[in-house]
Amino acid sequence: MAATNGWAGAPSGRQRAVAERTERTIRRRRLRSSVMIGLMYVAAAVAILPLLLIVIHLIRLGGSSVNLAFFTHMQRSPGESGGGMANAIVGTLILIGIASAVGLPVGIGAGLYLAEKRTTLLATTVRFLADVLNGLPSIVMGIFAWELLVKPVRHFSALAGGIALGAMMIPMVTRTTEEMVRLVPISLREAALALGYSRWRTSLSIVLRTALGGIVTGALVAMARIAGETAPLLFTALGNQFWSTSLRAPIAALPLQIFNYAISAYDEWHAQAWAGALVLVGIVFVISLAARVATRQRYGAGD
Amino acid sequence: MTDAVARDPTQVTEVATGPAPAGSSRSWTEIGTEIGDRVYTWSIAGFASLVPILLLLIFVAVGVAAWPALRAFGLSFLTSSDWDPVAGHFGAAPAIYGTIVSSILALVVATPLALGVAVFLSEFAPSWLRGPVAFAVDLLAAVPSVIYGLWGIFILIPFLREYLMPFLRDTLHLGVLPLFTGPAYGSSMLAAGLILAIMCLPYISAVTREVLLAVPRSQREAALALGATRWEVIRDAVIPYARSGIIGGIILGLGRALGETMAVTMLIGNRHEISASLFAPGYTMASLIANEFSEATGDMHLAALMAVGFVLLLVTFLVNAIARWLVWQTARER
Repeated sequence: MAATNGWAGAPSGRQRAVAERTERTIRRRRLRSSVMIGLMYVAAAVAILPLLLIVIHLIRLGGSSVNLAFFTHMQRSPGESGGGMANAIVGTLILIGIASAVGLPVGIGAGLYLAEKRTTLLATTVRFLADVLNGLPSIVMGIFAWELLVKPVRHFSALAGGIALGAMMIPMVTRTTEEMVRLVPISLREAALALGYSRWRTSLSIVLRTALGGIVTGALVAMARIAGETAPLLFTALGNQFWSTSLRAPIAALPLQIFNYAISAYDEWHAQAWAGALVLVGIVFVISLAARVATRQRYGAGD
Repeated sequence: MTDAVARDPTQVTEVATGPAPAGSSRSWTEIGTEIGDRVYTWSIAGFASLVPILLLLIFVAVGVAAWPALRAFGLSFLTSSDWDPVAGHFGAAPAIYGTIVSSILALVVATPLALGVAVFLSEFAPSWLRGPVAFAVDLLAAVPSVIYGLWGIFILIPFLREYLMPFLRDTLHLGVLPLFTGPAYGSSMLAAGLILAIMCLPYISAVTREVLLAVPRSQREAALALGATRWEVIRDAVIPYARSGIIGGIILGLGRALGETMAVTMLIGNRHEISASLFAPGYTMASLIANEFSEATGDMHLAALMAVGFVLLLVTFLVNAIARWLVWQTARER
């Protein structure tokens, strides 16, 4: 390569030195490449280590307290072992219900708008703000809901908690709906229009229906996300140690109960906190896994 | 994708339901269709406008509630560290300091790992490993905050107190730095920073992965053709191309870390004090609100907490807006 006098003759000492140096450089670059790739493997391993540790600890420390009583009984006073979180589980389900009633229609409607009018000023603004809204701290949503829904009526309520969670669902559902609707082939829309379908019927009964699987998946993921939210509930749903299903009264929730038990001073309650955490993580993981399997089946291996 | 953009559905519709041929009177069905279309368009536009309205409402509601405190204390609210509900003095400096320090600590730990994972997943991972690892990292984002807190209290903090803190301070002799001095309580800035690192890692790595996937294949092939090693392809051809998107991802992780509440509240020790040591307990804006809001004594205390919330809202809004803008700049080219 660096030969100055062509191919003829045996390589001079200087040529040999140059060749050796090139060889060394290449070897060093290859080595560095291997080392860096090795470090990437290490990074991946370190990144998933906390997940493994958390899952192992949850099962080890929470597994023994998860039994039938956990799902059917109420909390016991400290000092007594056993008991359950029946009210908190029901409370969380009610809160998810309220949140979905608020978040799903708005989110799906807004997502449809973004997918159909994708370049209007409103669409660009909403898309951007939905992403920003998604990143806002959940505690801020909590004090916002308190100011608007708790302070005026002077009492905490399940409704306020559910609406706070619903507001958090809106941007998530909006963005997944948009993505799913955009995956529907344009030819399908054209075919419906060519058959004389009106525009709104095409959108609702052809496009939306085709995208429904994906939208349901997105909705499930959003529900899983808010199911574990604690901060927005601290000053809205508040938590309740008794059985209550009233929307106008404070209501118990699984994450709130875990929080209260975790910072308490009693070993029995710590055990209950671990059990609650195991159940909560179980719910969240199963939904995530189901959502992942559903998307993969619909749209191929994707990533 | 480009096909869909070229043929905008709105244009298709105009052809289909455009003006009726001249002369023919319009039937009831056509009028019905038109009304239906209008109602539909207006309702989805209405739902879409709820997103900006909601955001505006949040700013107004929190801002109005915070106003008495902001007016009473002015700039000293941000700079004073005197938080005394009994005397009615409120300065949020320790919480602001704690928020910044814990978030920076989180980013310092999480960024190299997250970039490593993202590059690993988009470039190097064998296909059988890619799915499971990506899923595991996604699950890390799905674990509720309160569970990180629980795990932190009972697993991470004892570990820090017994092993990591003594190791850093005594074995590595880092105790000479003010960062690593003082007794190892466990509940500390370090604990909060580490848990935040675990929590914002999946966000950074997801965005980074997304922008790395948007880097054209030709970019990599060109570098390979020039004789670059696989690492050099990443360093010289892929990462520079995706740089602004990656920075956006890191800032997005910062946004998460700034506003994270439950796990931090459970681990940081909740003390109104600015301490140089990472081993000392501290406070963050979010945990301050979480701890004191329901027991607020008097209107000014409440207004001060709202003011903390307003500052947090403003900061996270800006951070997220910048991050999203950067990510869009890169990923849009797909």
